[in-house]
Amino acid sequence: MRAWFFSENAYPDLPPETDYESIRVTLPNGLYEPKKGAALYDRYIDEWLVAEEEGLDIMLNEHHQTPTCVDPAAPLVLAALARLTSKARLLLLGNPISNRRDPVRVAEEMALADILAHGRLEVGFVRGVPYELAAANSNPVRTNERHWEALDLIIKAWTTRDGPFSHEGQFFHHRNVNIWPRPYQDPHPPVWVSATSPGGAARVGSRGFVQATFLTGFGGTPRVYESYRQGWREAGRGQVTPVNRLAYAPLLYTSPDPARARAGAEQLLWYLKANKVPVHYKNPPGYVPVDVNVRFLRGAMPQLAASIKDLNVEKAIEAGIMFAGTPDQVFDQVKHFYDKVGGFGHMLLMGQAGFLNHEDTVHGIRTFAREVYPRLKEAFPDDAASGAEQERAHVLAG
Amino acid sequence: MKHHFLHTGDVELEWHEMGEGAPLLYLHGGQGFFPDDAFVAALARTRRVIVPSHPGFGKSSLPDWLDCVTDIAHVHLALLDYLGLDEVDVVGCSIGGWVAAEMGTMSPERFGRIVLAAPVGIKVGPVDRLDVPDIFALSQEQVASLFYHDAAKFRFDASAYSDEKLTTIVRNRETLTLLTWEPYMHNPKLRYRLQRVTAPTLILRGGSDGFVSADYANSFARLIPNSSVETIEAAGHNLAEERPEAFAARVEAFLAEPQTTKTLWRNAG
Repeated sequence: MRAWFFSENAYPDLPPETDYESIRVTLPNGLYEPKKGAALYDRYIDEWLVAEEEGLDIMLNEHHQTPTCVDPAAPLVLAALARLTSKARLLLLGNPISNRRDPVRVAEEMALADILAHGRLEVGFVRGVPYELAAANSNPVRTNERHWEALDLIIKAWTTRDGPFSHEGQFFHHRNVNIWPRPYQDPHPPVWVSATSPGGAARVGSRGFVQATFLTGFGGTPRVYESYRQGWREAGRGQVTPVNRLAYAPLLYTSPDPARARAGAEQLLWYLKANKVPVHYKNPPGYVPVDVNVRFLRGAMPQLAASIKDLNVEKAIEAGIMFAGTPDQVFDQVKHFYDKVGGFGHMLLMGQAGFLNHEDTVHGIRTFAREVYPRLKEAFPDDAASGAEQERAHVLAG
Repeated sequence: MKHHFLHTGDVELEWHEMGEGAPLLYLHGGQGFFPDDAFVAALARTRRVIVPSHPGFGKSSLPDWLDCVTDIAHVHLALLDYLGLDEVDVVGCSIGGWVAAEMGTMSPERFGRIVLAAPVGIKVGPVDRLDVPDIFALSQEQVASLFYHDAAKFRFDASAYSDEKLTTIVRNRETLTLLTWEPYMHNPKLRYRLQRVTAPTLILRGGSDGFVSADYANSFARLIPNSSVETIEAAGHNLAEERPEAFAARVEAFLAEPQTTKTLWRNAG
């Protein structure tokens, strides 16, 4: 198992939630104090460097018009990390390509970042959370179609070596695609795609990209992974899906001191709780399929959203969206989750959120890296097969 | 009411037909058309009313290539071709008014009289201000307060609908989003094309419409050569739904006028 340290670079100093209608899209940026924000960035980058020093890889992502993740241009931060680090692999998960107007520009940015990082880049593509659409002014309808057309165009731009090609598709039109530089890695950096629905995961599986799912817990993860494996098998990639194709992102905090572990875990819940967003930004028409919206109107609520209000550390652990406690406890929680979901090869651990300070963040990273990570690597080898327990046992025995 | 489908190009177009008399094309607004529509029933007392569901609304299909109101205008012109209607009156509400206006710029000779009820589709205001409020940045309750004079009477209650009707409502809303998200509620070219419309045109707006302002309706009239604006009181944006009889009476009277419109507000230049 590989572990990637992930932080959203939040700017948590905000007025009380009752003072604003939405933390996303409309919160005035007059609340952002640039000097404080710059100091926070220095700190967050230092934390990524600690993660590298401790043998972890690095993940970053992108959101817009929100203090919950003050990184609206992740390729810029990626470029800084490419020069500040030397060992860690760098995963940008991801580029919101259905909200980017020009996929060829994304191909250029990622190719350049891969050059700067001497081939340490892993490139993620995401459809993005629904509140990104208003911020990007991006039509909520047909985001999947745009996503896949953009993704294919980017990969073609990375891999075409013999001069310009043209692309005249449904959403994007180019006459002379011929990017310089091309990526450092050959044929291109590893590609990751996030999907939280079974339908999306099957498509990712059929293409063989690394599939990441965020905070889907015991409830949602097994179906997503199974769909991925089905897509993988049906595309003729083999009967066995290696665990290194599957990633899971939980909140994670660990300390040898149970009280400190608990306190850190409490802080991480900010990531879920500080998300006051009205329904018109949370669910613009077309973001989810018609039948899903009909179920919403009939009163169904997304699993996570339904439980967030009274969420605490115990419930989050129970739901499989958080691993927290002493190193032994965290190892046991991961092992339990791993077995229940059928195995995964990458842990994208969100180890900083909200007001968790630098000292405690570093303590969590170091404790995980020294006390938990070696055991995870040993217990869950990268070349293991994913799937239901008996399937895996069979494959491993064979 | 007769229920038909027309296969035109790669669109499976649902259309309804009711009443007898001179043909009248009715183009529905963003909510879509449902057969219990009282306004259309009133019109059908004296006219043969033809009501297509726009592609992506009702049971009409939505092909991949179709993503704007101009595309819909082409599809409905194909329906008129199929029906052999060389001269027809048209009534369009909200985005249906936008479709009607687009059709009027494409094929002006085809339309006898045009009624645009609270039409959207043009951009005339300053760059730094939306001409119509952003319904995608408002709660459903806020939108309802813009759309109705008395929103309390039209409170949305999902439990009142069958799954089938709810599915249609949700799909209509999705298609509306596809068509109007960007540029928001308008075609930047339309204002420059409206001078081609030759039919006498009546622009109606609800006195309590919080979506299409009086200024906006007047701007529309300024761009269409032979047009006037009138107001229906105690009605919001959804005139046809909120005041079907008063709206139908005014439309019938206008369509029955022999020559040019009696102008309350006339283009001065």
